[in-house]
Formats: sequence, C-alpha cells, structure tokens
Amino acid sequence: MNTSQSSDMLTLQAKKVLKIQRIQDFVFHKSTLFFALTVLFALIGIIISLIVSAWPALSEFGPGFFFTIEWDIINGKFGGLIAIFGTVVTALIALLIAVPLSFGVAVFLTETCPVPLRRPLGTAVELLAAVPSIIYGMFGLFIFAPLFAEYIQPALAASLGQVPVLGYLFTGAFNGIGILCAGLILAMMVLPFIASVMRDVFEIVPPILKESAYGIGCTTWEVVNKIVLPYTKTGVIGGIMLGLGRALGETMAVTFVIGNAHKLSASLFAPGNSIASTLANEFGEAEPGLHYASLFSLGLALFAITFVVLAIAKVMLARMEAGQGKKT
Amino acid sequence: MMNNINQALYAKRKRSNFIGLTLSMISMGLGMIFLLWILSILFYKGFSAIDLDMFIKSTPAPGTDGGGLANAILGSLMIVTACTLISTPIGVMAGIYLSEYGANSKIAAITRFVNDIMLSAPSIVIGLFIYAVIVAQVKHFSGWAGTIALALIAIPVVVRTTENMLQLVPIQLREAAYALGAPRWKVAFSVTLTAAKAGVITGILLALARVSGETAPLLFTALNNQFFSTNMNAPMANLPVVIFQFAMSPYDNWVDLAWGAALLITLFVLGLNILTRVIFREKVQA
Repeated sequence: MNTSQSSDMLTLQAKKVLKIQRIQDFVFHKSTLFFALTVLFALIGIIISLIVSAWPALSEFGPGFFFTIEWDIINGKFGGLIAIFGTVVTALIALLIAVPLSFGVAVFLTETCPVPLRRPLGTAVELLAAVPSIIYGMFGLFIFAPLFAEYIQPALAASLGQVPVLGYLFTGAFNGIGILCAGLILAMMVLPFIASVMRDVFEIVPPILKESAYGIGCTTWEVVNKIVLPYTKTGVIGGIMLGLGRALGETMAVTFVIGNAHKLSASLFAPGNSIASTLANEFGEAEPGLHYASLFSLGLALFAITFVVLAIAKVMLARMEAGQGKKT
Repeated sequence: MMNNINQALYAKRKRSNFIGLTLSMISMGLGMIFLLWILSILFYKGFSAIDLDMFIKSTPAPGTDGGGLANAILGSLMIVTACTLISTPIGVMAGIYLSEYGANSKIAAITRFVNDIMLSAPSIVIGLFIYAVIVAQVKHFSGWAGTIALALIAIPVVVRTTENMLQLVPIQLREAAYALGAPRWKVAFSVTLTAAKAGVITGILLALARVSGETAPLLFTALNNQFFSTNMNAPMANLPVVIFQFAMSPYDNWVDLAWGAALLITLFVLGLNILTRVIFREKVQA
C-alpha cells in the first residue's frame, strides 16, 4: 500500500519532469531552427533588397543595361557592359594562371613532398589564403605594378605582342596597372584557395588505387594524371569554380590595380574597371537616383553571377563526396 | 628492334615524369616566394611606420605631419568584438540545428547549401545590402551597420565549422547520455558541444580572422572617422578603410601609416590562424 503510493508519487513527479523537459526541448529545438533560418532569410533579404534598389535603373534601361557600354554620370546614361567585361576577363586571366600552378602545388603536397615538410608547407599555403585582400591590393599597387611595368610588360609586348591578332592584347603604354595586372594579383590570391581544395580531394583517393598503379610500373606523373585526376575530376572542377567565385567577387585587391577607367579596350595593358571596383569607387559619391540604382544593378549582376558559379562548385563537390562513399 | 622501341618509350615516360614533377615543384616554390615576398615587404615598409605615436594619436588631417592610428585601432577592435559577440551565438545555434536536429531534413539541406554560398559571397554585395536596409533607412553611416555587415560574413564560417565539429563527436557519447535519461537539449549543449569545444572555438577564431581584414563591407557602412570616437551609432574609423583611403592618397605620411596598419592587420590575422592550428592540434592529440 505504502510502496504503491510512493511509486504513484514518483510517476507523478517523473511526469512533471518529463513535461518540463519536453517544453525545454521544444524551445531549444525551435530556437536553433530560428537561428538556422536567419542564414536563409539573410540570402533572401539580400536578393530582394538588391532588386528593389536596382529597380529604377532596370526599368529605365531594360535588360539592355547589361549590354550597354555607356557610363555617363553627368547625363544620366548607364550601362554595365564595361564593368561586367572587366570582372569576367580579370577572373578568367586569374584562373588561367592559378589553375595550373595550384595543380602543381597540390601534386607536390600530396605526392612528392617529403612527409615531415607536408604539414608546414600546407600551413604556409593556407596562410597565403588568409592574408587579407587589401594587403594584396597594396602589394600590387606599390610593389608589383612598378616591376610589372618595367620588366614584364616590355617583355610581353616584345614577344607575344608581335604575334598577329593575339598581339593586340599586349599593346599600349606600359603603365603597370590595368586589366592584366589585376588578373595577375587575383591569380596570386586564388592560387592558395584552389590549391587547398585540390590537395584535400587528392588526399581522398584510396591508396589501393595508387599502389596498384605504382605496382604495374607507372611513374608518379602517370599516377597523378591517369589515376588521381580522373578519380577526383568533379572535386577538382568544384575547387576551380570556388576559386572563380572568389576571383569574380574580389574587391580590394582589384580596385588598387585595375586602373579604374570606364573604357573598353582590346589591350590587356589598358586600365579598366570591374563591378566590385566600380562599386568601391563610386558608391560613396553616388546621389540617390539613376546612378545609385545603376550601381545596385551592377551589384545584383555580380551576386547573380557568383551565385551560379558557387552553386555549380557546391554541387560538384557534393557529388565528389557522395561518390567517395560508394567507391571505398 | 623491339627493345629499342621499348627503351625509347621508357625514356619518354621518364622524361615526362621528370618534367611534370619539376614543374609542380616550381609552382610550389612560386607560391612560397609570393608568401615570403608579401611578408617581407610588409615588415620592411610597416616596421618603420610603427612607433608609439601610432597607438596614441588619431589619424592626421590632410596635409598635416605625424599622426597615428589610435582611433582606427580602437574602432576596428570595437567593431570586430561586437561582430564576434553577435555571430557566435547565432552561428553556434544554427550549427547545432544542422548537426543535431535537422540532420537529413530538407530544410537543413537548403540551409547548408545557402550557408556555403554565403561563405564565398562577394563581401561588397553584403555591404550594399546593409547600406540599403540600414544606412539608407537611418540616413547615416554607423559602427553598428559595419558590425552587422561583418556578422553576416562571420556567421556562415561559424555555422560551417560548428556543424563539422559536432559531426565528429562519436554517436556513442550521445547515446550514453540519452540512456541516462538526459533530454535532447541537454545532450546537445552539455555533451556534444562540450566535446567539440576546441573545434567550435577554432571556427569562431577563424571567423574573427576572416572579418578583421575585410574592407569592402565597411566602405558603405562604418565608413571612416577622422576623430577619436567610441560611439557605435556614428561613422567609425577602422583599420581596413583607413588603409584603403591612405594608401591611395598623395601624402607620404598617410601612405606610411597605411603600411603600418597593413602590418598590424596581417600580423593579427596570421597570428589568429596559427593559434587556431595550435588549439586544434592539441585537442586532437589529447
């Protein structure tokens, strides 16, 4: 009698505790969900606010905005082609140089590097990625551009500049700063990003695959090209896309060295402008109105381009991870 | 005859192997040269600018001699500290959701995808966004606007590392706690999160390192302030924007200060990066 009563009391108490815990759990669950959703809402907010602020320019100029060269602040005529062109060209130059170099770095770190050096050298590459972009900008403007104008530009003009058609890319005054210089500084910046992704995906190749190849007499280079690269193809492309996303959206490193001129030129030596550098230079002085809305339209275009590139990168890398689970 | 062909083929394979590996070693060397080059220039140019004045005087007016970075250093510290205080709870909670509650649900998958996009989104667009929703509404630049812009960049970093670190905690640890009758929130908070503490702190420090060098989002939000100010509700001086404005200026003493500021920021960021590695390695070995 006595014992059954105490057990009744216990269950009553246990029920109470359980009820409190359920409420606590519910509150905790929903609050974590709320914070997770803030990330989602931030993205939606960015898209909506950019479209709203860009609308006056988009409705005034129509989709032609993105294909018009003119950028006339005084007469209120705006087109985004020069900035979009500059953004895409500098990013492509950067990739053209950074991809083979980062492939080399990743191969060195995973295959040839002596084991005790792997960790410090890998850390050094990651430190290069951590240097703030404004430092690259200053370095580019004060150190790299003068050297570039004095040695590299004349050399390029004398060699590649003499080739028919292609030579047009390497004509003009040797100013140092310009599209090509911006591309080179960007290449230095994205190299460590791409290299560390490549190294990470190279490391997941099952050792059995590589050892079998070595066992039948393959050289290291053949193992890299015929075993590692095919196995990690999607991951490597994902890493390159990640680097492209970085290069497209980079502001400070580019603003210092691109020259900030609203001109479209066939020569890579000529100064130009990218979306990010236009924003950094003009947004502070823009009056509310068409100029302001046009700058927002450029921002919207930049966000749209990087969104697509990063989404592709993400899908590629996710596919790589999924494939890894099945094959090993 | 057959032997000759084989030997020629063998020599060719050996040669391409040699060329490939040499090129890869050269690219590694180039990368290291870049790093050493940038660091040595920074030390060379920056050290001569660092003196006591830099820490006790405010940024100089155009055309005046001397001056320091006291207002910018304080501004940067305040903005970055506030940003860390805001982004840590949000990022850690969101990370807990993704790892402990969301797991394979659709909403978690979408959040993860969006988070990864935000992780690499152009920072200048985040500055535009905060300008449009905060600065344009209250009609003045402010330290808070800069703080929120930086928080939007820091949160994805914290979310990502928190989730990854929580995933590393063995499931048995959670099951043992559940078996003792611990509610889910208590398991998440006192067992899983505690076990992953070192990793989560690493993520927070990495986010701190990432935002302390960010310039673009501060250009349209915190702007700059020539004077010493601790008012977060007014335009605020900060190191990155000072570097941007001073490096492009025609005054020699401004350019020198920019180099000094650049060295300070780089030492801080690289120091944090190395610190995170030390913390994390100690944890892994323990």
